[in-house]
Amino acid sequence: MKFLDEYRDGELAQKLAAEIHRVTTKSWTIMEVCGGQTHAIIKFGIDELLPKQITLIHGPGCPVCVTPLEVIDQALKIAARSEVVFTSFGDMLRVPGSTTDLLAVKALGGDVRIVYSPLDAVKLAVENPTREVVFFGVGFETTAPATAMAVFQAAQKGLKNFSMLISHVLVPPAIEALMSSPNCRVQGFLAAGHVCAVMGYEEYFPLAKKYHIPIVVTGFEPLDILHGILLTVQQLESGRAEVENQYARAVSRAGNLPAQDLIKKVFKIVPRKWRGIGEIPQSGLGLSAAYAVFDAAKKFKLADHRVEEPAECIAGLILQGLKKPHECPAFGTRCTPEHPFGATMVSSEGACAAYYRFRRHDAKELAGAK
Amino acid sequence: MCLAIPGKVVSISGDDPLVRMGKINFSGIIKEVSLAYVPEVVIGDYVIVHVGFALSKVDEAEAQKVFEYLRQMDELGDLEPEGVK
Ligand code: SF4
Repeated sequence: MKFLDEYRDGELAQKLAAEIHRVTTKSWTIMEVCGGQTHAIIKFGIDELLPKQITLIHGPGCPVCVTPLEVIDQALKIAARSEVVFTSFGDMLRVPGSTTDLLAVKALGGDVRIVYSPLDAVKLAVENPTREVVFFGVGFETTAPATAMAVFQAAQKGLKNFSMLISHVLVPPAIEALMSSPNCRVQGFLAAGHVCAVMGYEEYFPLAKKYHIPIVVTGFEPLDILHGILLTVQQLESGRAEVENQYARAVSRAGNLPAQDLIKKVFKIVPRKWRGIGEIPQSGLGLSAAYAVFDAAKKFKLADHRVEEPAECIAGLILQGLKKPHECPAFGTRCTPEHPFGATMVSSEGACAAYYRFRRHDAKELAGAK
Repeated sequence: MCLAIPGKVVSISGDDPLVRMGKINFSGIIKEVSLAYVPEVVIGDYVIVHVGFALSKVDEAEAQKVFEYLRQMDELGDLEPEGVK
């Protein structure tokens, strides 16, 4: 497949890795922001190609993992209602709320359906005028254009039986929150390529300057990630702190303007709680006043509530890059993808699930078999 | 939901930019996706798709850059056995 296979070439990967070895003279800690990158790093064993001095830590960029328990609980309440068709991306179905998950609600008779695109949910609302269709609108800037368009089209069609439970999150405020934490060990970031495909990368210039930290917009294939790491290390070694774009084949500095326009129209920036991290100011998207009638939390009059995470789960520390999954006492024993304690074990983009799938046995043996 | 791979636009339907849809071929799997956010895209282009929406067109010239970089590295290596920066 064009634009795919050539970025997975093992020989070229070795070459990039050799160059990283050549330029590295000191220890550096680099965070990849996006769960898609974490998945690729662990799957292809990219971390094992790197010099020992380079530590990759896995960032909070898995939307499934950071959706707060309270919102999952709200989703479960809505999905259990008899008049509701609850629609969601497939990876949200197994995320544990405080007592159960969407799959269990479905097994008990709830009408829970997986959709590929939020527009499929709008279509369901048109086809089922007597049912209340609710879409679970989660994700980063990458899914926001899709959910914004679904709300916009629902408004244009005058749909009264469509609404959205929204828990959108934004990357730059999360980077800011990480960097301003006293525990922060991150010295360079691989920014999430597809988030930047939508938003561009102007937002990162003030962050790079304020925290004197290199930020390299990076793609998702092995060669992209190695190239992104190389550019970051080159900056670190020479004392630079710039915003660079490794992923220029899909990302422009300004990003996707039509998508940004619709996001601005339909949503407004709100404070948002991140599972395992806590509330981050200005870090989420909620419906703007003009589209507030599509807010499912309001429509079904769900009260705010606070719940505690399972005590054993250290997903919060993992999402901040302070611990690795195998350092969790429950990892692979009491907590598995079949019986996840935390969201990072559920989603394929979550660090715990990536380690479980690819690193359960001997990590070296896996790297050798690759 | 964030894992996205590039696909090739094989057909386009609808003129209104807001409802323009395209059939995209992902290594043999065909999916219908919204082209609302990529008005410039034509048949034969490659696009990055997320949850049913094409978000950007893959730029051919830019796509070559990392390979060019690797080639230059090789050439430099040939000239200077020690390797120069
Ligand atoms: S292994 Fe399970 S319990 Fe431990 S941090 Fe990951 S999700 Fe939480």
